[in-house]
Amino acid sequence: MTAFFAALAEHEFLQSALIAGLLASIGCGVMGTYVVVKRIAFLAGGIAHSVLGGMGAALYFGSDPLGGALVAAVAAALLMGWVRLRWKAQEDTLIGALWAIGMAVGILFIAKTPGYQTDLMSYLFGNILLVPQASLWFMVALDALLLSIVGAYHRQFLAVVFDEELARLRGIPVTFFYLLLLVLVALTVVLLIRVVGLILVLALLTLPAAVAGHYVHSLGAMMLLATLLGSLVSTLGLALSYGPDLPVGPVIILLAGALYIVSALFTQSRARRRARASVVTAATGGKVVG
Amino acid sequence: MRSPQAVIELRDLSFSYGAAPVLEAVSLQVAEGEFLGIIGPNAGGKSTLLKLILGLLEPQSGEIVVLGERPRAATRRLGYVPQYPGFPRDFPITVEQAVLLGCLGRRSRPGWLGALAPGALGKAERQAARRALEEVAAADLAGRRIGSLSGGQLQRVLLARALVSEPTVMLLDEPTASIDLRLESDIFDLLKQLNARMTILVVSHDVGFICSYVTQVACVNRTLVCHRTDVIDGQVIQDLYGEQVRMVAHRH
Repeated sequence: MTAFFAALAEHEFLQSALIAGLLASIGCGVMGTYVVVKRIAFLAGGIAHSVLGGMGAALYFGSDPLGGALVAAVAAALLMGWVRLRWKAQEDTLIGALWAIGMAVGILFIAKTPGYQTDLMSYLFGNILLVPQASLWFMVALDALLLSIVGAYHRQFLAVVFDEELARLRGIPVTFFYLLLLVLVALTVVLLIRVVGLILVLALLTLPAAVAGHYVHSLGAMMLLATLLGSLVSTLGLALSYGPDLPVGPVIILLAGALYIVSALFTQSRARRRARASVVTAATGGKVVG
Repeated sequence: MRSPQAVIELRDLSFSYGAAPVLEAVSLQVAEGEFLGIIGPNAGGKSTLLKLILGLLEPQSGEIVVLGERPRAATRRLGYVPQYPGFPRDFPITVEQAVLLGCLGRRSRPGWLGALAPGALGKAERQAARRALEEVAAADLAGRRIGSLSGGQLQRVLLARALVSEPTVMLLDEPTASIDLRLESDIFDLLKQLNARMTILVVSHDVGFICSYVTQVACVNRTLVCHRTDVIDGQVIQDLYGEQVRMVAHRH
């Protein structure tokens, strides 16, 4: 670990990686909270994976893969949101189909792209160590966009994720805000692809927010805590993988997964303890016994 | 001609979810200040009727006029208490925040600030939320998480959420289905008070019980038959002709 901090002061690519991790944590903390409370993790997974179609096409036509990812993510979000609003009955099947079709299209494009194809693995699993300076500014811009939209319309978003019927009765354009929410999730997915890759995006999107949900009881607090937890696991992941030269993305995901499991077990045993304590308190006439 | 102060008017309304009609040729007039009880068997179309008035469903034929407008246009002047809360109980939200959502749809701050951040909360809204919670005797619950409430407490909070926008008409779908009898009369006493300043439509399964409160009973079972219980006061009718009212409500 000390070797990592020594190297951090020295190498610019490590500093960039650290900043990329922190920038990604903001997006995943804010949008991950909505994904968790609205229970649309599967839909978010579908968006993340079908992004490969856009990246593959961009590679084939010789443009920036991240631009392709952005277009594909937004298109996938709108398509899946529309599917959910229209064909409620077969929602999971259709999202699963779009998920796989997007990936298949991407792999076909990549296979037919002439030249050296080392990039595929870094899109699938991310490579935070190769984040260029320009990408950092791109991430800053995406974060700023997310925060300003969510900041301005947080009550509309709250109404739509909390109770769609109420939102509709209060005259809020529910379809618009639901699709906008999915587009913002899609932007976050693109933000995270550099860090953990499109296969592992889902974990970083949901796990910090889910852990935060164990302890705090408002969306704002969940977003803040999830951002802090995301920063913690991405920094720790970077540090731990440096010495033994492990791929960073999977280490970050394993840390987030471990954090979630420990937190879930702790929350459960705490709830049991409290239930037992309240029964004992009632039996002794309100006196708390040790 | 029709009475000028009708707040809700249904003409020859028919609705169907699929092949089987749920409502057929339903007509109804609700005058201002009325306390209408809607009764009928399960799956008879009571909740559907409310959702049509709220503009959540579109009828296949017939006409609905609410407060002189189409239902979708009038919806912000209606308060609605659903039969089942439309949210998961473990949602991370406090009672106060949930009630505040009831005043969405009006701009909280005038001018450019309101346009820039339409999500921002004004002081007036917080005061309205506190007043609404006080009115349903739930002010002490404001800081509680919505998932920690009992059935009766949740029902009061849903009522406060509907009240916070000061609606002209209040629609309630089985507000007492999941709570015990003592709380049921508490809720109906409260509705009686509210009736002094707003029109109330309440769906209920308990025929005998609501007849002591309401001014008119609509029996819905695919078609709708309306019985006027009283023009003066529901309590008087209950005291004088309690049994007859129940018979009227049951016959057909």
